[in-house]
Amino acid sequence: MGGSHVVGAHAGHALEESPYRIPSKKLVMWLFIMSDAVTFAALLFAYGYLRNATPGWPRPFHFSPTVINAMIMTFVLVTSGFTMLIAMRAANLGNKAGALRWTFITAVAGIIFALLHIREWIGLIGEGLRLFQNPWGSGLFGAAFFTITGLHLSHVVGGVIALAVVAIGYQRGRYDAGHIEIWGLYWHFVDIVWMFVVPFVYLLNIAH
Amino acid sequence: MSEQAHAVHAHAAPTGFIRKYIFSLDHKMIGLQYYFLALVAVFVGMFLSLLMRIHLVWPEASLPWFGHIKPEQYLTLLTMHGTIMVFFVLTTAPQSGFGNYFLPIQIGAPDMAFPTLNMLSFWTTFVSFMVMLAAFFVEGGAPLSGWTNYAPLSAIPSAGPGQGLGEDLWIISIALFSVASLMGALNFITTTLDLRARGMSLFRMPLTCWAWFVTAMLGLLAFGVLLAGGILLLLDRNLGTSFFVPGGLNINGNLSFPPGGLNPGGHPITHTGGSPLLWQHLFWFFGHPEVYIAILPGMGVASQLLSTFSRKPIFGYKAMVYAILAIGILGFLVWGHHMFMSGMSPYSAFAFSVMTMAIGVPSAIKTFNWLGTIWGGRVRFHTPMLFAIGFVSLFVSGGLSGPFLAQPVLDIPLHDTYFVVGHFHLIMGVAAIFGIFAATYYWFPKMFGRMMNETLGRIHFFVTLLGTYAVFMPMHYLGMAGHPRRYSQLTELNFLQPLMPLQKFMSIAAFITIAVQFVFVINLFWSMKKGKKAEINPWEATTLEWTVPSPPPHDNFGGVTPVVNHGPYEYSVPGAAKDYTMQTDPATVAAH
Repeated sequence: MGGSHVVGAHAGHALEESPYRIPSKKLVMWLFIMSDAVTFAALLFAYGYLRNATPGWPRPFHFSPTVINAMIMTFVLVTSGFTMLIAMRAANLGNKAGALRWTFITAVAGIIFALLHIREWIGLIGEGLRLFQNPWGSGLFGAAFFTITGLHLSHVVGGVIALAVVAIGYQRGRYDAGHIEIWGLYWHFVDIVWMFVVPFVYLLNIAH
Repeated sequence: MSEQAHAVHAHAAPTGFIRKYIFSLDHKMIGLQYYFLALVAVFVGMFLSLLMRIHLVWPEASLPWFGHIKPEQYLTLLTMHGTIMVFFVLTTAPQSGFGNYFLPIQIGAPDMAFPTLNMLSFWTTFVSFMVMLAAFFVEGGAPLSGWTNYAPLSAIPSAGPGQGLGEDLWIISIALFSVASLMGALNFITTTLDLRARGMSLFRMPLTCWAWFVTAMLGLLAFGVLLAGGILLLLDRNLGTSFFVPGGLNINGNLSFPPGGLNPGGHPITHTGGSPLLWQHLFWFFGHPEVYIAILPGMGVASQLLSTFSRKPIFGYKAMVYAILAIGILGFLVWGHHMFMSGMSPYSAFAFSVMTMAIGVPSAIKTFNWLGTIWGGRVRFHTPMLFAIGFVSLFVSGGLSGPFLAQPVLDIPLHDTYFVVGHFHLIMGVAAIFGIFAATYYWFPKMFGRMMNETLGRIHFFVTLLGTYAVFMPMHYLGMAGHPRRYSQLTELNFLQPLMPLQKFMSIAAFITIAVQFVFVINLFWSMKKGKKAEINPWEATTLEWTVPSPPPHDNFGGVTPVVNHGPYEYSVPGAAKDYTMQTDPATVAAH
């Protein structure tokens, strides 16, 4: 598994058992996810803080198109989490072709998500939403919206690139099933962050 | 010991200069790179403090590079002194420097878990430091918004001479530093959990390893918040958002505008609706754990040294571990005590105050356990031990003012005075520096194969100890007398004149203390070349680094993974042949 590339792991039984009994590379991904979750949490905290402190916070979203679009995006991303699971399972079973196919499908779903997101951004920018102002009220709305969804979007794009790199490496034998699983973890994390973004950034801002 | 010294090397050491000394993957070389980066940084920071101390009491003096210091330049000195010291010295040397060098060896690992990540982490720190220093040389100079970088001063480029490009560089540097620290934290935690040699259970780890481990967890959970705050601040400054800038802010007679070019339709955009307090929340959620990031490794070093040089087991090993964990956890719950003065619900202030004073409990446990460790020991007063005792002394002296500041009602009069400056310099600044000194004198023989000079070490210790007390103790008195901090022109204010003799005394004490640091540097470099050859275990200590040659070979244990049979501090075990039982000694030497 992933641990085989790690210094010292070759010593095998000469080491004390790790309390988590997972390869180091998987552990380090968990730790990275923790630190990254803290960064997202800080942004969501900042957003909640400013939202509560601003009288008449704008609530410009409507069921159509915003919520429908967000639901489609959510569907795409959750589905990609599911296809990632299939890829991880195939890799663990040694089904190389299946793992590659499902990783590829996951990455394509990620690209669809990103395109839907960018299309939504363009629509909102057309309506006058900017980082610093908008037609509906406090300029902080656009600042929070673009910062939070932008950081998430950059994680999706980064994830697509990582999946592509890992898939190519896996095909060439440079990476193993462990790597597919580790980047699967990352992909699920990006998925979970979106589960916070949808209610806080979209659903809370639907017009009455 | 000796059989390991002769064992075959499992990994070939790199031979080229670049792979060996520059882009090294060896945790020991990376540790030294961090250490020397911190050494350069500490002299830069110290030079800035020297200029400040001269200016405060002799404002007419013309200073090198600065000439006559204007008030905004004083704030620049103060900002860069704090920033460089906190990030590039106190965060860098004890954790990234010594932690990198000795964590793998003390747990019996050949290297860190991810050597390439380790190298990346150092070079990111290096670039971060260069970007920070570059702030001095850009138009307008370095920023003046303090190491805490409070908004809106930090968010408005026109707010001061250094608040333009210099401030942007400051934020970029700190963001890079955050990323580097996160990479380091990932490596430290994984290494500690996954690469311990057989027998090195978590509760057999030296307390230094526990301290580095918990410090890494603090870094993991704290630097992400600083990074987020830094991103928002950059957006405010360069893309016109208003996260931290309230509406209607008036700077030099003008409403604050974001940088031009971003106003479609020709309407000028003003900042509106942001909250300077939000920056304080984000900053201190990072900033308070950062204080423990600076001091915890020093606590680990003090524990290790007090036990070694008292020839006694550490008093209450498990209590020490739990105290480190408790300090780490509580450290995340007290950020609000930095904001009592900023306006806060009294109920929140009460909660933060109680949490803050609760930190006194694990801190007192550690202190009493240190004293219990020395008590009745056959103490060997070598230089590292002196600095470890100095650490405890400074930790107590600086810590005792903590409970005062933790109470909102006392904090309000004391907050923006020299009392706070005295408090954090003693406990966070100088105590952590004493931890670094103790670690340097203690591990120098291992790192360079030679001993440092004891006489010079003693001179360095006694002058530095007395000097730092002479500089920072009077600050408490100044604060109680109402002397505000961050003031530049003391001689022009009548109400401060009775306190000027004390300020002069502190400046002179600072000059002497600074001068004696050159004794340290001379000792450091002279001993590298000419010091007495060190044995493998000159201090008769028990932990794993003292089983390998000095300096250790490329993969530390010559390809053999050691087997650990003992706890870290088995000194003066009854019935044992010698007064210390190495962790790798056979289990039968002293059954327990």
